Amino acid sequence: MNNRIKIEMQSKPVNESFARSAVSAFIAPLDPTLEELADVRTAVSEAVTNSIIHGYAMGDGVITLEMCICGDLLTVEIKDRGRGIKDIEQAMQPYFTTGPEGERSGMGFAVMKAFMDKVEVFSKPAEGTVVRLIKRISSADA
Amino acid sequence: MIKLNYRISDAELTVFLKDEIDQNSAGPIRECIDCLVGRNRSVRKLIFDLSKVTFMDSSGIGVILGRYKLMAARGGTIGIANPNESIVKILRIAGIYKLTNKVS
Repeated sequence: MNNRIKIEMQSKPVNESFARSAVSAFIAPLDPTLEELADVRTAVSEAVTNSIIHGYAMGDGVITLEMCICGDLLTVEIKDRGRGIKDIEQAMQPYFTTGPEGERSGMGFAVMKAFMDKVEVFSKPAEGTVVRLIKRISSADA
Repeated sequence: MIKLNYRISDAELTVFLKDEIDQNSAGPIRECIDCLVGRNRSVRKLIFDLSKVTFMDSSGIGVILGRYKLMAARGGTIGIANPNESIVKILRIAGIYKLTNKVS
């Protein structure tokens, strides 16, 4: 099955649960296992949270969630036009956070990497960030 | 402020969390637990009962780590009870079980 959907949302924390629901609904036809579903929901939640609290730390913006299924391969892109990431490698280190005052765990990227097959990050300071999450959904072969 | 169900017995405070813990819900949960811990000075162990939590991302890890520091500052500890499988996975990745013990 091939399919694609694109959603734009305001960078509000309340939309994190919407993004999770949207990706759940999108992959439902692939009949994912409960574990796969939880993995994808968690990774998407992390990426959207990052866009809201880091990308758009200075104010509201638009987050684009683009999801694509190609065969058994799920790709989710979370895109913002926020402040971008200065040092991607550093940002991806477990426990690294720029926002200790918000009691952030610094585990966002580590969780994405653990729960997805592949995580790609493209970012430019003052222009924005794209996080691409890729996962093979095992039951899609059936 | 939100209201959490909780139970205090001796020096143990158990908070019963529910539904989804993400960046959106973490702030009010944190506030409520800190208030309970602040009001009950004799509490030495804080237990997060997660049996009714359906989803948790790293924002929940932030809440747990923050409360760990809070309890450690008064010589106390924390425990995690009844997490579902996907929550166990994220707790493991974040190394939370090195700081705490599982409570059945």
